[in-house]
Amino acid sequence: MSVSDAVSTPWRRASLAAAVFALDPLGSGLLVRSGAGPARDALMARIAEDIAPMRLSRAPADIADDRLIGGLDVAATLQAGRPIAETGVLAASHGGVLAIAMAERISTGVAARLSAALDMGEVALQRDGLSAILPAHVGVIALDEGQEDEAPPPALSERLGFWVNLEQVGWRDVEPPALTPEDFAAARKILPSVKTDDKVIETMVAIAAQFGVDSPRAVLFALRAARALAALRGETNVEHEDIELAAALALGPRATRLPAPPEEEESEEPPPPPPEEETPPEDQEQKGEDDTPRELEEQILEAVRAALPPGLLAALAAGLPRNRRSSARDGKSGEETYSMQRGRPLDARPGSLSKGRLALVATLRAAAPWRKLRLKPDEKESRRVIVKPEDFRIRRHRQKKGATTIFVVDASGSLAMARLAEVKGAIEMLLADCYARRDTIALVAFRGRVGEVVLPPTRSTARAKRALSGLPGGGGTPIAAGLDVALDVADQSRRKGQTPLIVLMTDGRANICRDGGAGRPRAMEDALDAAKRIAAAQVAALAIDTTQGGGSGPDTPVRALAAAMLGRYVKLPRADAAVINAVVRGALPQ
Amino acid sequence: MRLAFMIAATDPSVGGVLAFGDRGTGKSTAVRALAALLPKIRVVAGCPYNCAPEKRAGLCGACTNDAKGKSELRSAPVVDLPLGATEDRVVGALNLERALAAGEKHFEPGLLARANRGFLYIDEVNLLEDHLVDLLLDVAASGLNLVEREGLSLSHPARFVLIGSGNPEEGELRPQMLDRFGLAIEVRTPQEIPTRMEVIRRRDAYDRDPDAFHKHWAAAEKKLRTKITHARERVANVEVPEAALERATRLCVALGSDGLRGELTLIRAARAYAALEDVATVGDAELKRVAPMVLSHRLRRNPLDDSGSATRVERALQEVFAK
Repeated sequence: MSVSDAVSTPWRRASLAAAVFALDPLGSGLLVRSGAGPARDALMARIAEDIAPMRLSRAPADIADDRLIGGLDVAATLQAGRPIAETGVLAASHGGVLAIAMAERISTGVAARLSAALDMGEVALQRDGLSAILPAHVGVIALDEGQEDEAPPPALSERLGFWVNLEQVGWRDVEPPALTPEDFAAARKILPSVKTDDKVIETMVAIAAQFGVDSPRAVLFALRAARALAALRGETNVEHEDIELAAALALGPRATRLPAPPEEEESEEPPPPPPEEETPPEDQEQKGEDDTPRELEEQILEAVRAALPPGLLAALAAGLPRNRRSSARDGKSGEETYSMQRGRPLDARPGSLSKGRLALVATLRAAAPWRKLRLKPDEKESRRVIVKPEDFRIRRHRQKKGATTIFVVDASGSLAMARLAEVKGAIEMLLADCYARRDTIALVAFRGRVGEVVLPPTRSTARAKRALSGLPGGGGTPIAAGLDVALDVADQSRRKGQTPLIVLMTDGRANICRDGGAGRPRAMEDALDAAKRIAAAQVAALAIDTTQGGGSGPDTPVRALAAAMLGRYVKLPRADAAVINAVVRGALPQ
Repeated sequence: MRLAFMIAATDPSVGGVLAFGDRGTGKSTAVRALAALLPKIRVVAGCPYNCAPEKRAGLCGACTNDAKGKSELRSAPVVDLPLGATEDRVVGALNLERALAAGEKHFEPGLLARANRGFLYIDEVNLLEDHLVDLLLDVAASGLNLVEREGLSLSHPARFVLIGSGNPEEGELRPQMLDRFGLAIEVRTPQEIPTRMEVIRRRDAYDRDPDAFHKHWAAAEKKLRTKITHARERVANVEVPEAALERATRLCVALGSDGLRGELTLIRAARAYAALEDVATVGDAELKRVAPMVLSHRLRRNPLDDSGSATRVERALQEVFAK
C-alpha cells in the first residue's frame, strides 16, 4: 500500500493511528471522535487485540477521586484493624490502556489528574491518611462523543498522541486488519533499537511550524510515531515514508493553519543543521533518496496536506479559527455551587445531619480509628463500631450553576468598531467579578449574512481577550441570524445547568433575512420571529437600543424586538462600558 | 522561568513563583528539575518538620523540648501537592495505623510539614479545590500550621515557597491567591526553529537514555547549585540605596499595584538577583530585570487597555527610568 493510500480514507487513517498507538501506548493516547457505533467498536476491539498482553480497562468520565486515585478501603480496614488502601483506576491500569467513555464530559479536574499520570507515569496518592506514589504508566483512549463544540479539555487531548475521527465512518468502511498480533509482538521487540536522528527531528520541527502546531509534545509524538511505523514494517531505519505518515497522523489533525506557498517561505528557511561531523548511516541513505532536506520537507508537507480530513482542510483554507470547542465551559469550581442534594459528588465534609445526607462510608472512616478506644472494657472482643455525632460526614455535591450572559452584538455598518470596543470593555468588567458571581459570558456577533459565536461561554479573561481582539465589523444587519445563534448558545448553556441571559445590542435596522436575502420588511419579520422564539424558550432577554439621536418613540424597531422577546428595553445611544455593565448586572437573574 | 526559580531559591522571602502559560512548554518539568539545584539544608535529625538546629525560635514541639538534638544534612524538600489530595494529608492528621492497631493518638505530619523550609509545588494550581486554597493561603501567611482535628491540637512551623503552574485558559486564579505569589512568569512556546529543535533533541535524548542525560547535565546543575549557595551567602550584604528604593516605589505607583507587597517583593527580588550576579549594590539594571516578573500580575485590571501586562510594565519602566 502506498503512502497516500495508507491514509486515504478516514477509516484507514484511524486504524493506522490506532496501530501506531497500540504498538507503544504507554504515556501516549488516542482521541477517538465518534458516537458509539460499529466502526468505533471494531477499532476498540482491534486495539484490545493489538496491545496484548497489555490490558484495556475502562472508566467513566465523571469518575470520583477515590476511584481514580484511590483511598482507604473502609470494609477491609475495619476487618483488618489497620488501614488498607484501595487502588484507584489509574494505578490499577499500570502498564495498560485506560479507555474513558464520554470523554467530552471529563471535567478539567479529572483531565488534570489523567494528565499528571500521563506525564509522570505515576499517581500521587495523598488521601485519607494514606501517602504513596504508585506506578501508573498508562495509555489513555478518550472516546469523545461530543456534538458540535463539545470536546474533552485541551489539557488532556494535548497529551494524547493521535486524534482520529470516525464520525462519518460506518461498518461498510471497516477493512480487515493489515497487521496480525504477531506483527505487533515482533515490532515491539525491535522498537527500542529504532532511532531518529537529528535530521528527522529537524524535519518534524519544521513541518510542525509550517502547520502552526506549537506544542513540542506534538513533535515528540510524531517522532515516536515515525519510530513505531518503522518497527511495524520490521525495520530499524526510519525511512521517508515513516516520516510522512507520522507527520500526517500526529501533526495533521493538530494543524491550525496551512503552510504558506513555497515561494513566500524563503525568509523562514530553517537554519543549516548544527555542525555535527558524523551522520548516522540511515541519514546517508535518506540523502540518497531526497536531494536536500528542503525537498524532503516539501514532500512531507504535501503528504500531510493530502491526508488532512476534508472538513479541517476547508476550515483552515478559509482561515477560520479552530479549536473553539474547548474547555472554557468548565473552568474552576467557580462555575459550580456546592449543594447537599444534587450534582457531582465531592469529598464529604464534617457536618450535622440536619444539613444534609449522611455519607456512610466517610462517617465510618472517621469512626474507624476510635473503635478500640470507644469499646467498653468488657467488650474488647466485640466487632462493634461506635459512631459518635462528631464522626458524622455529610455528602456534598457540586452543581453547575450561574448565569451565562450572551451578548448579541450588531457588528454591521460604520459604527461597529466603536460599539464593539464598548462591549469588549463591558465584557471584561463583567468577567472581572465572575469569581464572586460564578457567571460565564459569551459573545455572538452578527454582520454580513451570518451570526457567529465569537466568544463561547467563558470565565477566562485570557480567552476573552484573544477572541475579542481582531473582531471584524461592517456589512449587512442579519438580526434574525444573530438571535438564532444566541438561542442555540442559550440552549447549550441551559443544558449545562446555567441560566442564560441574552443581551441584544443593535439599532434595529435589520436588512438581511434568515435565508441571506436582502430586504428590510422581511428581515424585520424574521428578526421578530427569532425574538419570539427566544420568548417561547423562556430565556431572559434585554435589548439595548444604540440608535443615535431621536427615534425614541414607542414604535422603534428595537422596542418591538424587546417586546417580542418579552425582555426589557434600554436606550443607550452612547453606551459606555460602565453603563452597559451596570444595566446587564441589573438584568441578571439573581 | 529559570531566573525566577533561582531568585526564589536565593531568597525564599520573595514569596512564591507562579508559572502560567501555554501547554507543553515544560512548566512542570522545570519545577521538578528545581530539586536538583537546591543546596542541602541542615536539620535536626529525625525531625519530620525539617527544623533548623541553629535557630531556637520557631521550632516544632519536639525540637523545642529536646534542646540537644543531633543534626543531619537533607536535600531541601520540593513537595508535590497533587490535585485530589485530601485535607487530612495536606495539614496532617491522626495516624490511622497506630490508632487502629494500638489505640494511640499519634499525629501523622502532612505535606505542609514536609515542605517546611523548602518548596511546595502545585501543578494546575487554578484547579485546586477552594477549601484547600484557603487553607494554603492561611498557612503561607502565618508560616505556621495549626491542626485542630480528630481530638488533636498542635501546631508546627510550615514556611515554604509556593510554586504554582497552570494554564489560564482552564480557569483563572483567585486574586487573593495570585497576590500571594511574589513572582509570576508567563511561559510561551518558543517560535524559533533552532530553539524548538533543541527542546525536542534534549527531550529525545532523555527518553532514550535518562542516566546518560543526567550525567551529561550533572556538571551544569552543580554549577547552578554553587551559584545559588554563593548568592545565599551574599544576599544579606547586598546594598539597596535610597535611589533604588525610590525608583521601585515610583514604578509601583505608576502601575497602580495595590498594597505594599509589590515594592517589598521588587526590592527583595532585585537584591537576590544582584546576589546571583555578584553585584554589590542594587541599581537600575537589577530593578529593570526583575520588574516584569514581580509586577505583571499585580496590575489593576484596565478593561479598555488591550495591551498585555508585560507591555504595560515595559511602558512604565521606560517612563520611570527616563527621569
